[in-house]
Amino acid sequence: MNPSAATRRPPLIRCREVRKSFNGVEVLRGVCLDVARGEVVCIIGPSGSGKSTLLRCINGLARIDGGSIHVDGLDVHDPATDRLALRRKVGMVFQQYNLFPHKTVLKNIMMAPLHVLREPRAEVEARARALIAKVRLQGKEDAYPGELSGGQQQRVAIARSLAMRPEVMLFDEVTAALDPETVSEVLVTIRELAAEGMTCVLVTHEMGFAREVADHVYFTDAGLIVEHAPAADFFNRPHDPRTQAFLAKVL
Amino acid sequence: MMEALARWFADLHERTGINLVVFYDPFDAARFFRGVLLTVEMAALCIVASVLIGAVGAWLQGSRWRCVRALVNAYVELVRNTPSMIQLYFLFFGLGPYIAAHNAHGQAEPLISGFTWAVVCFSFYTGAFNTETFRAGIDAVPRQTEEAAESLGYTRLGAYLYVVLPLALRISFPALSNNLVNLIKMTSVAYAIAVPEILYVSNQIWSDALNVPEMMNVVLVSYVLLVSGFNALMARIERRLRVPGLGC
Amino acid sequence: MLSARAFVLPAALLPGTAAAADGAAPAWLLLWQWTPAIASGFLMNVLISVAAMLLASLLGLAVGLGQLSGLAPWRRACHFLTHFFRNAPWLVVLFYCMLLLPFQLRLFGVALPFPDWAKAILGIAIGAAANVSEIVRGAVQSIPPGQWESAESLGFSRRQTVWLIVLPQCLRRMLPSWMNLYALVVVSTPLCNIVGVHEVMSVAGELLANQDRHDLLLPVYGYLLLWFFAYCYPIARLTRLLERRPAPSLP
Repeated sequence: MNPSAATRRPPLIRCREVRKSFNGVEVLRGVCLDVARGEVVCIIGPSGSGKSTLLRCINGLARIDGGSIHVDGLDVHDPATDRLALRRKVGMVFQQYNLFPHKTVLKNIMMAPLHVLREPRAEVEARARALIAKVRLQGKEDAYPGELSGGQQQRVAIARSLAMRPEVMLFDEVTAALDPETVSEVLVTIRELAAEGMTCVLVTHEMGFAREVADHVYFTDAGLIVEHAPAADFFNRPHDPRTQAFLAKVL
Repeated sequence: MMEALARWFADLHERTGINLVVFYDPFDAARFFRGVLLTVEMAALCIVASVLIGAVGAWLQGSRWRCVRALVNAYVELVRNTPSMIQLYFLFFGLGPYIAAHNAHGQAEPLISGFTWAVVCFSFYTGAFNTETFRAGIDAVPRQTEEAAESLGYTRLGAYLYVVLPLALRISFPALSNNLVNLIKMTSVAYAIAVPEILYVSNQIWSDALNVPEMMNVVLVSYVLLVSGFNALMARIERRLRVPGLGC
Repeated sequence: MLSARAFVLPAALLPGTAAAADGAAPAWLLLWQWTPAIASGFLMNVLISVAAMLLASLLGLAVGLGQLSGLAPWRRACHFLTHFFRNAPWLVVLFYCMLLLPFQLRLFGVALPFPDWAKAILGIAIGAAANVSEIVRGAVQSIPPGQWESAESLGFSRRQTVWLIVLPQCLRRMLPSWMNLYALVVVSTPLCNIVGVHEVMSVAGELLANQDRHDLLLPVYGYLLLWFFAYCYPIARLTRLLERRPAPSLP
């Protein structure tokens, strides 16, 4: 199996036969997935099919029970791997934003570069302000997360991850908790990121968005990758009956 | 100004017999003031120490080792469910004599003063309450917020210090405030081991001046003012800590 | 020059080993012989605590409801009393009662003796009553306003609403805090010793005075701590059990 034949260079993320169970229930049953540098990959599938768990395994928030995950050559689940090195490469945005509610927007973005990377304050602040502009939140620097709408908070969360200059961004159903009218402002931000060449892995229910932005689409069901294909092929000519049934339901 | 005030109180004594000696007699005033200062000093030291003990204790309660958790729980339960006064006697009279040194005349002298024992005792007493308070606060911080910090590269300790603890502090602030008020009130128990704090010096003063009712009122009002002042300070800090859009 | 003496702590923790060497009775034997005396002293602490708690509950209920009274001056007076005595150390209030209350009361020409133990009970009860008052106020205010409104719409008077509808719902909510307070009252009863009331600390003091042995202080005070722990810990456990079980609520 050679999921991403489009690139000759080694993939940035390489998952092989990943297994993971919670309380005896196997949620990942041997998942293989490759993400090339600069590629946008969408993972779609019914709820509970293990999509979010896979993302959490990729950045080491959850341990795996079998298989292997490599990010840019680092073995994620080797105890000898430097956690910090891994987390600098992988940024993650959560469904519930998870901003630090006691810090302003600017501080939220600056905290990790200051405390974790120990970079000079002036440099970090300049970068943070640039990122705030990038996600179109100028003027909100000194607001607290509790004062922002869901869409605004989610854009701060994206900026916060970007401030660590990751090589890949993981988006875990980032629009699922948002009001319909604020979904688009977050999607615009992600679309811009993708256009700049950022490697992105998105777990999403926004099929239209996936179709537009993804290079490659993976479809999961019951802990397995059922089908994967370039986005156009995937949506136009799905092969597996489970994919066909799912797409028929959501499109 | 001060002299006029002193004269007024001396005059009050002559006219009515109400003897507020601490307001006109320089010796008693100095004695009383030193007592107030000692109470404030003791309270300040205990506040800092007990908050640190609480933070460390609460962190250890989240340890992955069962024996560490059991040890912290045992400390909390033992301290909470026994009288602070007997704890103080246990330390000062029971343990104190064993930690002694011989002076030039060959007599044993305790190395640790009553004041220090009182600070140790009250700090650990309140530290036990603070441990529980902080633990409840930490448990109220959503696990996802901690995960977000970890995914940004924070270590477990880093996430605790920069994200979980500041949030837990805000959640547990009212309860913490209450613990610390009880701590300030508790400092008067140091009277029992002759630490010259407010109550003790006042006892000396009323024994000399035979003005028990007046001094008793002075003591009561002093403590109420001290605690009210502290409450006002805590309310200020709470306002400073308050974050818009965060419900605590 | 001070020269540090050898720390003989280990010997002290094995009660009496040091003293037993020169022929004196070992500490554990004395503790065993003194147990009946200590038990009778401890009974006094229990009696003081029960009486003080009963008195505090009555006073606290009155003042606590007073804090919610419709009568502004009465409400303010109760509020002031509560806060004043919450800010005053129990030991100071105890001194106050001890030194300033007369040794007998004249009621309708009859002289009633007012012994020290009764003053001590009153002294502790006043401090505790301030806490009860706050517990009552907090519990009453935690009853949803809908209860008050529906009672009013049914024609209940304010007093009827409090006694028939609100307070019965509060009792269950107040129980854990009330029990916590009782444990606090129990552990503050040794303060009575400072103001000269005969209780377990006085008993221990007398027993120790007859022996004049410094090595006994640690085991004896340790033993007293155990007595209090044995009494208070079950109360604390029960309290926690009640806290965990939420008060029954109607759908």
